[in-house]
Amino acid sequence: MVPRLFGVVRTYPDTLDTVTLALEPLDGPPLAFRAGQFTMLHAFGVGEVPISISGDPTRPDPLLHTVRDVGAVTHALVTAAPGTAVGVRGPFGSGWEVADGTGGDVVVVAGGIGLAPLRPAILEVVSRRSDYGRVVLLYGARSPADILFADDMATWAQRHGIVVEVTVDYGPPGWSGRVGLVTTLVARAGFDPLHSLALVCGPEVMMRYAATALSARGVPDTRIRLSMERNMRCGIGLCGHCQLRELFLCVDGPVLSYDRLAPLLDVREL
Amino acid sequence: MAGRRTLDLEGLQSLIDALRDRGYRVVGPTVRDDAVVLAEITTLQDLPGGIGDEQQPGHYRTRPRDDGALFGFATTVQSAKPVLFPANELLWRGTRSPSGFEVSRDVPDDAPVALFGIRGCDLAAVGIHDSVLVGRPAVDAHYARRRDRSLLIAVTCSTPAGTCFCASMGTGPRPGDGADLVLTELLDAEGHRFLIESESPAGADALAHLVTTPATAADQAAADEVVATATAHMGRRLRTDDLHDLLYASAESPRWSDVAERCLACTNCTMVCPTCFCTSVEDVSDLSGDIDERHRVWDSCFSLEYSRLHGGAVRTSTGARYRQWLTHKLAAWPDQFGMSGCVGCGRCLTWCPAGIDLTAEVAALREELAHRETSRTGPRPPSTDH
Repeated sequence: MVPRLFGVVRTYPDTLDTVTLALEPLDGPPLAFRAGQFTMLHAFGVGEVPISISGDPTRPDPLLHTVRDVGAVTHALVTAAPGTAVGVRGPFGSGWEVADGTGGDVVVVAGGIGLAPLRPAILEVVSRRSDYGRVVLLYGARSPADILFADDMATWAQRHGIVVEVTVDYGPPGWSGRVGLVTTLVARAGFDPLHSLALVCGPEVMMRYAATALSARGVPDTRIRLSMERNMRCGIGLCGHCQLRELFLCVDGPVLSYDRLAPLLDVREL
Repeated sequence: MAGRRTLDLEGLQSLIDALRDRGYRVVGPTVRDDAVVLAEITTLQDLPGGIGDEQQPGHYRTRPRDDGALFGFATTVQSAKPVLFPANELLWRGTRSPSGFEVSRDVPDDAPVALFGIRGCDLAAVGIHDSVLVGRPAVDAHYARRRDRSLLIAVTCSTPAGTCFCASMGTGPRPGDGADLVLTELLDAEGHRFLIESESPAGADALAHLVTTPATAADQAAADEVVATATAHMGRRLRTDDLHDLLYASAESPRWSDVAERCLACTNCTMVCPTCFCTSVEDVSDLSGDIDERHRVWDSCFSLEYSRLHGGAVRTSTGARYRQWLTHKLAAWPDQFGMSGCVGCGRCLTWCPAGIDLTAEVAALREELAHRETSRTGPRPPSTDH
């Protein structure tokens, strides 16, 4: 439960309320992690929150976290000046293990800030692009101003042949892109359902619909992976907060396959 | 039987003295504010001599006994949980420094504890906490340190309460595995004495230094009688063979809304439960902002805050929170740890201000599930025999 100390090297504003923090260790080697894992980030005197790592697992220094400013701790993190010391515990939990999709297509479905934990998995695919077939990224944001990693998505599309489809809930005048739910993009996206690995992260209701749509397309439930969110406090399975029936999501998850999750997602308030 | 001895009252006092001489803080039952609680004891006079208890759902009273029994009550108000796993524990303290902040770990320096007179149910709960808090990759270091240095002196329960069901859970009335010493209080024509058995090297060592006499067949028969009588007087029963599947199959049962009509979500049941281990991590800073402390504090799945995420709590209804608690205890716990999360101590019944009875709720769920299955299957189809 004792954090390691990291220093803020840089902050990159992503959107009006979201910032990517670049951290360097003050006390030892970089933090090795697997795509999909999270850490507990500690702002001194304010508190600690679980945040997914959004950087490249092959280049963990600096360590990247993409943080949305929604509460006291996240506000302290997004406004931290370079040089500020931040506590880091982790990395915790299961990863996407995107390499399991080698030889087939990869479908990534992300909603809002849910793209952040998927970024390391996409970077992993990009680094070994020829190992995979078609790669599709379906991304839904609230509005054009909320779109994360627009530069990355352009690079992934142009240089790495990833099909990127973006949709927004609300399109202001001037927006010529899609408007609507990201889950509706699943039905006509170009991938081979029987030979795909699907990675989904976003609000739980969005993941439920996305998984249903992927399953309906014929992706086996064992090949659909969701990153679950619960109130993680300790990150090591001791505090009990993140339980989903028999699962401790901080240890058994956050990434779990849909065959395991489907019966649990069907029950309200579980 | 080899190793079984009897100890008189003077011997019992010398056991307490010997433990104290060895540096143990002896924590045992004592009467405080009309309740039998756990606290530090130094003499036999501290024990609840001649005091029994009366427990029913939502009801607790001490009552006088006319036999002078020292352990004539069912359970202490709290189990050993607050002793080995305090409700609020400092984990580390951070101090602001020029380079950021410096963290110093807190190591509890409290004296080793001898739990004196722990019941079978509570002994089993300590065993469960050992699995949960020490037996997995991530260890609760403070708990582990206290447990390493602790000594457990268990006493057979002679007078279970109306809320007790340890016999159903296989944890009592005779204490099971894990104790260092097991005592059984005998009160008959032969006098007031204790059958004492050592169950660990530390227990054998403590026993070797006491003045005891070999137990006779009559002593053993009297101890067996205590167990038989207590077993026959369990206030509650819980059928356990179907709990796992029953609870999982009952996730959408209307019974949860029924419980929610009565449950106040006050968290009492989780606070007195000897196995509930949920905690929160709380960071507290001083007014200057230069000192930041991390505390591990008990938490409860009955609070709204427990399941809070950005955007709201997952379990907003009281029914969902009661379902989480009961399902975790009886079904998810076996999946997680290979054992039940309930030891049958009955505290969640006794200390529930609404008198909600776990055994009755399980029975209602079972009945409701059976009813649902019958109505789904429907009446038997007419015979198609030719």
